[in-house]
Amino acid sequence: MSAVTESPAPARPATRPRSTTPGGPKESPLSRISAMTVMLVFTLYFLVPIWWLFVAGTKSSGQFTSTNPLWFADFNLIQNITNLVAYRDGVFLKWMLNSALYAGAGALLATLFAGMTGYALAKYRFPGRELLFNIVLGGVLVPATALALPLFLIFSQVSLTNTFWAVFLPSLVSPFGVYLTRIFAAASVPDELIEAARLDGAGEVRTFFTVSVRLMFPALVTVFLFQFVAIWNNFFLPLIMLRDETLFPVTLGLYAWNSQVNQIPELRGYVLIGALLSIIPLIILFLLLQRFWRNGLSAGSVK
Amino acid sequence: MRITKRAATVALLTAATVALTGCSTGGSTSDEAAECVPADGNVDLTFTSWIPGIEDVVDVWNDANPDIQVAVQTGPNGNGGTYANFFNQLEAGNAPDLGQIEYDALPNFRVQDGLINLASCDGVMEAEADFVDWTWGQVSFNEDESVYAIPQDSGPMAMFYRADLFAANNIAIPTTWAEFATAAEQVRATGAYITNFSQSDINQFAGLVWQAGGTWFGNDGSDWSVNLTDDTSIRVADYWQDLIDRDLVSTQPPWTTEWDNAYNTGAAWTWNSAAWGANSIASGAPDTAGNWAVAPSPQWEAGDESSGNWGGSSTAVFTGSKHPYEAAKFALWLNSSSESLTMLNESANLYPAATSGLDLPVLKEGVEFYGNQPIYDVFATASGQVSSDFVWGPTMTQTYNDVSDGFKAAVSGKGTLAEALATGQAATIDALKAQSIPVKE
Repeated sequence: MSAVTESPAPARPATRPRSTTPGGPKESPLSRISAMTVMLVFTLYFLVPIWWLFVAGTKSSGQFTSTNPLWFADFNLIQNITNLVAYRDGVFLKWMLNSALYAGAGALLATLFAGMTGYALAKYRFPGRELLFNIVLGGVLVPATALALPLFLIFSQVSLTNTFWAVFLPSLVSPFGVYLTRIFAAASVPDELIEAARLDGAGEVRTFFTVSVRLMFPALVTVFLFQFVAIWNNFFLPLIMLRDETLFPVTLGLYAWNSQVNQIPELRGYVLIGALLSIIPLIILFLLLQRFWRNGLSAGSVK
Repeated sequence: MRITKRAATVALLTAATVALTGCSTGGSTSDEAAECVPADGNVDLTFTSWIPGIEDVVDVWNDANPDIQVAVQTGPNGNGGTYANFFNQLEAGNAPDLGQIEYDALPNFRVQDGLINLASCDGVMEAEADFVDWTWGQVSFNEDESVYAIPQDSGPMAMFYRADLFAANNIAIPTTWAEFATAAEQVRATGAYITNFSQSDINQFAGLVWQAGGTWFGNDGSDWSVNLTDDTSIRVADYWQDLIDRDLVSTQPPWTTEWDNAYNTGAAWTWNSAAWGANSIASGAPDTAGNWAVAPSPQWEAGDESSGNWGGSSTAVFTGSKHPYEAAKFALWLNSSSESLTMLNESANLYPAATSGLDLPVLKEGVEFYGNQPIYDVFATASGQVSSDFVWGPTMTQTYNDVSDGFKAAVSGKGTLAEALATGQAATIDALKAQSIPVKE
């Protein structure tokens, strides 16, 4: 742990030289094939459920049980989506909006806080710095699920359960983000540059936002993505905190429906098409930010 | 230097943990007496239920009762998380005034002092006559002067069967379990199964034991007794074990697409299920519309008239509610007015627990999926034949899980259903002891 918390080496670009094929060691065809096979198996393993979900989403409820689960019957996707959106005055859309708000605004603020904290820990020397950092690191080890119940009791004391804030506020902290941004800031924001900014008369805050944020951008995108996905998929905290259907994120709403499929069978179709729609924002976000994300993920790995 | 830092970190984390646990012990139950008197001014109540569309029913109440306004809260079904939430809220002191609780979970809440005895509330004791006897037994625990919830819906059991297939193959509709076993052989000869034995619906199996006259739990006022392995339960278990051993029933996991498909393709011919199951078949087996019918459950002795129950829930008032009087008034209206019961039936297929509810016009009509048979007449009769003696235990989730594990093993050839009950019996006694609930060995 102490190795990574040492003060930064002089400026070095975050990218590392890529080992190109001609110079690299030769691979035997056998290991190539076996590696490809393993990857293929894993790709199938991850993609088949999504394929199944997509196919199931296009079927009418009758065809769902009676036709091949991995191939299309009549194509009812649009019809299914229309039904879902119309069900109970569009409560599903409300859930999607809620999720977007919790995850979007939450991840944005969490990234800002984590970025500022990580930057401060990396670039300022003050007593208790390592202690503070170690406490934050301790936070990485505590699973969010374990905190849900204590959080519920705390929020109960201040009568904030069953409110927007009950889910939003706990989403704003990202210990992992602090860790990542600190490492990244140490590696990619040169002290000289900050010095230069100071000499030119920029305040600390301005230096952070105009100089450092740009240099830390890949790490910030990574933190944003991680946090966005974590909040979007966070299920246990909303389950414990929320009672009001109009505050539900989409995960909790679909779970609530799914728990009643036995008695109200028509909900099954809504759960399926809803699950399909609910992963689309994540896919879009990943595709858009993939470039930055790959950069950020490897940050700090070569140090 | 580093060691001291680490020690400081540990100390700080420990302090944080202590602070958190400190919070969790605060705000426990308040000892307000459950005097049931009307409030002076207007009253706002909260009501948690997972029934979709119940808001519309509550809106009707709110329009008619400006002085008692009810706000609906929702969540997943009870075992899906809402019960756990109720316990958390009781701990934190912010439980809703009213909540939906299934019959099999009521003892759990009562043992934890989570429910208000409504017996002293206006009109509650008088309402006993308005509900089917056994449903009242479920909420009063068959004790005098005790009403811990108002019955909402029920699941009297009967037999759904493929009328066309039985007729085409000249197989008589079984009226006793012995005939059912014979019919099972005849159905198997055609290549199909007479029914599917559910390895995970332990409350369905409990319904079959209930019908046979057994009960799984007892409470003599001080001690609980656990009877998962009494003669009746073992008799029912051995009966199904025999059918499983002879490959006369299928053993697919219930509520799956394979299971639906078996009914949809005629691979399974009957289902011993509750009134609310009518829609499960209709939606799971759409290709068989018009071919189904409903008959009374097969009996253990020819000429008997008894029925079991599977499912059903109640509306309870939680400890800490400041307005049990108004809450009880709302709960009675919700569960016995024909307006409310009709809406609940339409939005969530609830089959009423109120006697007047059994005669609702919507429950008198012929159902197209069942060849226009007025199937709910069968269930209304069945509801009157359910014994009031069946008692649930205070740790049903655990009991279900343990028995279900054993049943899953049994259908794959490891052990028997009776052994699974024995395991469940021992595990339940251990669980009760672990919670310091007095239990007879």
